Amino acid sequence: MSRALKRTMSRAHPLWLAYILHRLSGLGLVLFLPLHFWVLSLALDQAAQLDGFLALADLALFKFAEFGLVFLLALHMFGGLRLMALEWLPWSSRQKTLAAAAVAGSFLVSVSFLVQAI
Amino acid sequence: MSQPVVPSRTRADGEKLSVTLERGGPDGASYRQTFDVPAYDKQTVLDVVSWIQQNADPSVSYRFACRVGMCGSCAMMVNGVPRWTCRTHVSKVAKGGAMELAPLRNLPVIKDLVTDMDAFFDKWGAAEARHHPSQTRDDPIAAIDPDSPERQIADAAIECINCAVCYAACDTVAGDPDYLGPAALQRAWTLYNDAKEADPEAVLDAVTAKGGCHSCHSIGSCTAYCPNALDPVSAIAGLKRASAKRFFGARKR
Ligand code: SF4
Ligand code: SF4
Ligand code: FES
Repeated sequence: MSRALKRTMSRAHPLWLAYILHRLSGLGLVLFLPLHFWVLSLALDQAAQLDGFLALADLALFKFAEFGLVFLLALHMFGGLRLMALEWLPWSSRQKTLAAAAVAGSFLVSVSFLVQAI
Repeated sequence: MSQPVVPSRTRADGEKLSVTLERGGPDGASYRQTFDVPAYDKQTVLDVVSWIQQNADPSVSYRFACRVGMCGSCAMMVNGVPRWTCRTHVSKVAKGGAMELAPLRNLPVIKDLVTDMDAFFDKWGAAEARHHPSQTRDDPIAAIDPDSPERQIADAAIECINCAVCYAACDTVAGDPDYLGPAALQRAWTLYNDAKEADPEAVLDAVTAKGGCHSCHSIGSCTAYCPNALDPVSAIAGLKRASAKRFFGARKR
């Protein structure tokens, strides 16, 4: 690891990581969305090509990429909600901890339901 | 009865610290120099630099005044992290008996560990972070209820010692030389909420101009590293809210 990167990482803290994840997920979405719209546009005028593409989309690799996309979306959405709460609600740090715990708790519960459903 | 003065002693095991300083001035290239410093049982980072300057190399430049966390002059990068060195214990930051010290980030270096803090202080002025008096010395002293919510908000940041640790921690300052930075903006928020401040709108004008509170990305490194446990990121969020409210017509008074 270069020294500059090492120094940057030595300054990393949880909120900084949340910021970086928010930015990176945003960049990932920017790269993905044009592709996404292009595929949707196929549905309008080139049905045959779309079918070919959908066959491709059945591949495991694609399933994994789809998971990645949903993950990015979720990250970016939580990041945005977190920012809005941080900047718009003058909460005390105790209130912030409670809110984060509530979100994490509900996330856990919903994931456990999801896992049961699959 | 006065306590006898016990000279601080080096550790019985004769252990040494390996301390690397980033040295150099604005004209020469910076270089790194490593010193062996005797380890003491209770030792601050500032003690280490003082030992080097007094015993190993008198040409080492650094800055301090109070040694008790009041004056805000001793901040440096310690292993890449901005810290007040007079109140940072070596035992908390040394890694495997080694430590790297560098001048504070985001400020021009004058020499060795001494930075030019003019830009930092000038930005307090640019943030209009100076009191606009609402009364003269001939008026009776205004009674302020210390428990009022408004005063509590104003009080939250008055312990700032201008050490620029937050300024060095801030990645937005690193990327935007015009950004006023966490300390100046936090001071502006304090004034904005001060019942004795005559012109809170002027303060808000200054901090919503280019390089003001809206440049902050809410990364929170300022709050994470402020040695006085102050919370500039929340103060800046307060300024953002105040500016949004003003956009919709609200005025302070
Ligand atoms: S929250 Fe704002 S002021 Fe604080 S470190 Fe981040 S960008 Fe700088
Ligand atoms: S807010 Fe904290 S870190 Fe920043 S100058 Fe004031 S005391 Fe130092
Ligand atoms: S020497 Fe005064 S704050 Fe460290």
